[in-house]
Amino acid sequence: MKFRKKKGLVLGLYALLMVALLSACASGNNAGSNAGNGSGSSANTNSSDTGKQQEQVTLTVLVNNLQTNLNMIDAIVPEFEKRYEHIKIEVDTYPAGGEGDNLIKTRLATGDMADVFIYNSGSLLQALYPEHNILDLTNEPFQDRVLDAFKRSVNVNGKLYGVPFGATNVGGWLYNKKVFEQLGILVPKTWDELMANLETIKQSGTGITPVIGAYKDSWSAQMIILSDFYNVNAADPNFADDYTANKAKYATHPAALRSFQKLGDIVGYMNEDFLASTVDVGIAMLAEGRGAQFPIFTSQINTLKQNHPDKMDDIGFFPTPSDSPDVNGLTIWMPWTAYIYKNTKNVEAAKTFLDFITSQEGVNILQSATTPTGPHLIRDAELPQDVPALVKDLLPYFESEQLSPALEYLSPIKGPNLINIVVEVGAGFRSPEEAAALYDSDVEKQAQQLGLEGW
Amino acid sequence: MSGGKKVTKVFKRVYPFYFLIPAGIFYILLFLVPTAVSFFFSLTRWSLMDWSFIGLDNFVTFFKEPWLYTGLQNTMIFAILTSGLKVVFGLLLGVFLCSRIKSGEFIKSLVFFPVLVSTIAVGITFENLMHPSNGIINGFLAWFGLKGPNWLGDPDLALVSVALVDVWKGIGIATVIFIAGIKSIPEEYSEALQIDGGNAWHKFWNIIIPLSRPAMNTVIMLSLIGGLKTFDLIWAMTKGGPGFSTDTIASIIFKQYQAGFYGLSTAGNVILFLIVILIVMPLMKLLTRNEVEM
Repeated sequence: MKFRKKKGLVLGLYALLMVALLSACASGNNAGSNAGNGSGSSANTNSSDTGKQQEQVTLTVLVNNLQTNLNMIDAIVPEFEKRYEHIKIEVDTYPAGGEGDNLIKTRLATGDMADVFIYNSGSLLQALYPEHNILDLTNEPFQDRVLDAFKRSVNVNGKLYGVPFGATNVGGWLYNKKVFEQLGILVPKTWDELMANLETIKQSGTGITPVIGAYKDSWSAQMIILSDFYNVNAADPNFADDYTANKAKYATHPAALRSFQKLGDIVGYMNEDFLASTVDVGIAMLAEGRGAQFPIFTSQINTLKQNHPDKMDDIGFFPTPSDSPDVNGLTIWMPWTAYIYKNTKNVEAAKTFLDFITSQEGVNILQSATTPTGPHLIRDAELPQDVPALVKDLLPYFESEQLSPALEYLSPIKGPNLINIVVEVGAGFRSPEEAAALYDSDVEKQAQQLGLEGW
Repeated sequence: MSGGKKVTKVFKRVYPFYFLIPAGIFYILLFLVPTAVSFFFSLTRWSLMDWSFIGLDNFVTFFKEPWLYTGLQNTMIFAILTSGLKVVFGLLLGVFLCSRIKSGEFIKSLVFFPVLVSTIAVGITFENLMHPSNGIINGFLAWFGLKGPNWLGDPDLALVSVALVDVWKGIGIATVIFIAGIKSIPEEYSEALQIDGGNAWHKFWNIIIPLSRPAMNTVIMLSLIGGLKTFDLIWAMTKGGPGFSTDTIASIIFKQYQAGFYGLSTAGNVILFLIVILIVMPLMKLLTRNEVEM
């Protein structure tokens, strides 16, 4: 009798275990495909005439969690849903940086991507194998509104894959005007002037950090090298192509090597806890005048606006100087790009969304949600009249077209370990020359993975 | 009738294996098949969408990795350091908790609770505690007038800091295993010692250490294998940084995977698998030779 009971119990538990395992498998699959392809009950809309009664569609949009993008999404989604009542948008976020790159690649490979996703263009787009994964948008009507300057970075083998979402971003030096005034230093026009400024600040005895470092957000460590590209390009306009064809190297090309050396120069001028500080902490230091200058993206103006709105006019901008006062220009990063997943079930709705974000109305909404730090690369889109000090400093360069796209838009190769190599230089454990050579060998792997010629 | 008897004999020998089938299916599908498939993909250039056979190129590239030497060194240091500390402190704690003390049960749960907490949560928490200027650890040291070091920012110290956190987290398991091992030592030995007039030190050195060899071997093996493969704690605390100073083989492999070099990172995993086997098998033979029959 006792054994009977135990046997029943064992069999019961076993059955429960099998049921739990099998249902977990089944629901796991369902959840995956639901997230990837919009809701199961969605249907393709047959026409985009707003007069007709259309089936309810849920569009999934995946965006990274930088404040700029969150602000823009939060502003545009309600307006879009008002205009197109049959489309409902579900927003999902992913982390920026290397982990985000990984997530996007994995979700594409496993077939679990949102209908629309927002990501970088240029070399990072190449790494996504767009022909397999992303919808070809070359012949869409809304491409007419996009400027050629942008199209270059979403063009892979002659096909266009994305549209801009947001404004151009610039990499360079944010500086605190009040601190500069207080210490009697001027905006540097050459690298030697910048170094002299750093020394002045260090000797001033005020305890103000000459250069702010935020290496905990390790991507920010690359800023000096990447934003120096305008100067590299000015010295040798063929560098990007030679670099892609394995003919030019960072370690041996004098102008390119300068970028690494500049990073080496600022070692010892950063805040003591730079390895543990995040970009938000860095911006706070800049705004409060505890740091004099910060090499970072101008899109950080949104963090400034969010956390230190009363300090907006204290912050200005200057590009990474070259060794000559006549060569001075902006290194620009393309706006974020919206892509449509190739296997989406909601093609029409997705295209409608992309159409909206490239329209005048859409661009105006995006501009009001964040402070643009450059043009939107949409035809006839203009910067608002009232801009903060930082943007005013940028305008002359845009007007006289002293610009260069960053290297990642002119060459598909970007080595994955640059961030770590750069942290080593900034922290003083590796010489710039060694680091440049290491980065060259790192880039080799990426070139081979992409199957480029000449490697 | 005689045929039935023969069938029963065979059946009796074979039927225990039927019980292995459910677990066996999972094991084969989830472990053996992927392992075999990964051996194949380690020989290709793989983009998850398509692959091209390139032979041993991935292995060559992996060994040419400039930071591989640092990674290997760090892996060895980390594994040996954490293993050693867990054995020593696990044994001491085990002996302490086996003796009859009032709050024994409470201390046992205190020692064991870190094992139950998520590794990532531990990593993030300690990363914040170890902040050079705002962290509590350095704040505590400042009370005594000491300037705490940059735990995770000093390349010479970072790996040791992570190792210490790993020991804090894993000591519970080592202690529990040692307690079981010590409790299983027959009473006759302690009685014999009392008769011969030995003291606590003799008990420790001459009875507990030799006779808890099986437990010690288990702890060494488990913590060494764990230490060689360790990834989650290091990634949560430093991501292999600053620079590359806390990179281990596992984090090198993960970074290659993150970059999209799927074939290369699979080759890396095959290499890690071989390294663990090459270290652990001879070690197991060496250790079990010394086990004493009780």
